[in-house]
Amino acid sequence: MILFLALITGILTTVGIFLLLRRSLVKVILGLAFLGHAANLLIFTIGRITKGKAAFVPEGLQSPFEPFADPLPQALILTAIVIGFGVQAFLIVLFKQNYKSLKSDDLDDMNTTDML
Amino acid sequence: MMNILILLPLVIPFLGAILTLFFREKVSFQRGIFSVSSGLVFIVSLFLLDHVFTTGVFSVQIGGWKAPFGITFVVDKLSAIMISISGLMAFSTSLYAFGSIDAEREKFGFYTLLSTLFVGINGSFLTGDLFNLYVWFEVMLMSSFVLIALGGTKAQLEGAVKYVTLNLISSLFFLVAVGILYGIVGTLNMADLAVKIKMHQDPWLITTVALMFIIAFGIKSAMFPLFFWLPASYHTPPAVISAVFAGMLTKVGVYAMIRVFTLIFTNNPEVTNGVLIVLAGATMLVGVLGAAAQNDIRRILSFHIVSQIGYMIMGLALASPLAIAGAVFYIIHHIIVKTNLFLIGGIVNEIKGTFALNKLGGVYKSYPLLGLLFLIPALSLAGIPPLSGFWAKFSLVKAGFEAEAWFITGLSLFVSILTLFQ
Repeated sequence: MILFLALITGILTTVGIFLLLRRSLVKVILGLAFLGHAANLLIFTIGRITKGKAAFVPEGLQSPFEPFADPLPQALILTAIVIGFGVQAFLIVLFKQNYKSLKSDDLDDMNTTDML
Repeated sequence: MMNILILLPLVIPFLGAILTLFFREKVSFQRGIFSVSSGLVFIVSLFLLDHVFTTGVFSVQIGGWKAPFGITFVVDKLSAIMISISGLMAFSTSLYAFGSIDAEREKFGFYTLLSTLFVGINGSFLTGDLFNLYVWFEVMLMSSFVLIALGGTKAQLEGAVKYVTLNLISSLFFLVAVGILYGIVGTLNMADLAVKIKMHQDPWLITTVALMFIIAFGIKSAMFPLFFWLPASYHTPPAVISAVFAGMLTKVGVYAMIRVFTLIFTNNPEVTNGVLIVLAGATMLVGVLGAAAQNDIRRILSFHIVSQIGYMIMGLALASPLAIAGAVFYIIHHIIVKTNLFLIGGIVNEIKGTFALNKLGGVYKSYPLLGLLFLIPALSLAGIPPLSGFWAKFSLVKAGFEAEAWFITGLSLFVSILTLFQ
């Protein structure tokens, strides 16, 4: 299972970087989305997957039975997903506005701010 | 009582942000709310500063959860200093904004965004938890994304695209590094990490993660191979926004780097400091040479930010107490001076209608006081005694000689002479 998830993470990263290096802005958005998913999956995988053992504390005890699934990476991912979602929405609007004013979505046309 | 005081630099601007939302059409209310809230933060930060210097470090556990499990907020001397400087900057930029920002931007939530920006900045200074630091970074970045694009001119949107994309990549690096660190060590509380990393049996694994943190914070603080977004975007928004960004945002990255590399990743200093010192030298040199080629005042100042970041990183990399104190002093000096210079650049633009140096002759003749106002921070930036820049550079160079790091120290002196020529 870990091997499978690691492979998926690798593929997602590859796709993300490939898309980021395209010249079209739409592909940059998609690339960032893929990289975000790869990061989330990586945190999930590296947090040691434990199947079917929720971290509930049984009545009368101080801590759950070992081994239990660590809930913290999932909490981290949840936060990261929410933030990522907000940023995606903003990115789409920003790139759309940029397309409207520049009349092009080619990154090579976006060099007016770098003029001397 | 002190527990509430720690949270006030977050709560006050956040409440201010919410309040300004209620008065969308009444700009004068928004102005009042923002300047009062930022003034209050500054006063609170002075109390914090006083308390830290008299009684020492203190912290608060959010929700009453004990240290390694809950989220901790810590105030030590460094974060108290940074909070008070950010409070001061918020207050002074608010005064400048009243006179300079246009009504359109004010109506579309300029003050709300500026408040949330300072919530994010103060949060990053206060937190004692690595993932929480990521969250505050995102709060700060999200507000800055909207601020840099606010108004929607062509140059702003272009600058914003570059700024947003590269900062998102840096956030991803940060997130991945935090995740991997949790996977290796099993905690995210900074103080707990410092203890557990020392006991970890595989230092090279930790060093790998440390290098990922260098990439993440390096993009945020515009370090050598990763600084290209800064000169491409910082000069596009109105002067107030550029000034806040130039003063505060990159320094939050440097602060995070100082925090992480003096507290957490201390197990393999030859490698991390070795990498940092090479990058610091390159950052100094490339920044100042880049500035020499520019004609727009704001772009010159943007490249100077890059160059100055190099000095701060150099202080961190030399890693003696004097060098780190020098780096912290450099940050304080830099925030004030750089914000000042950007604001004066904005005034010059209002008078002359251009930022281009070759069209700007004769400002001193008609406005001698303004010329003097520009001269003081500019000389301070170059490091002329007795101004603050001199003492910052002096302590760094002294630390460099004590550490017998001849090359980097010589380079830093050479760069500061180059800065003087501009």
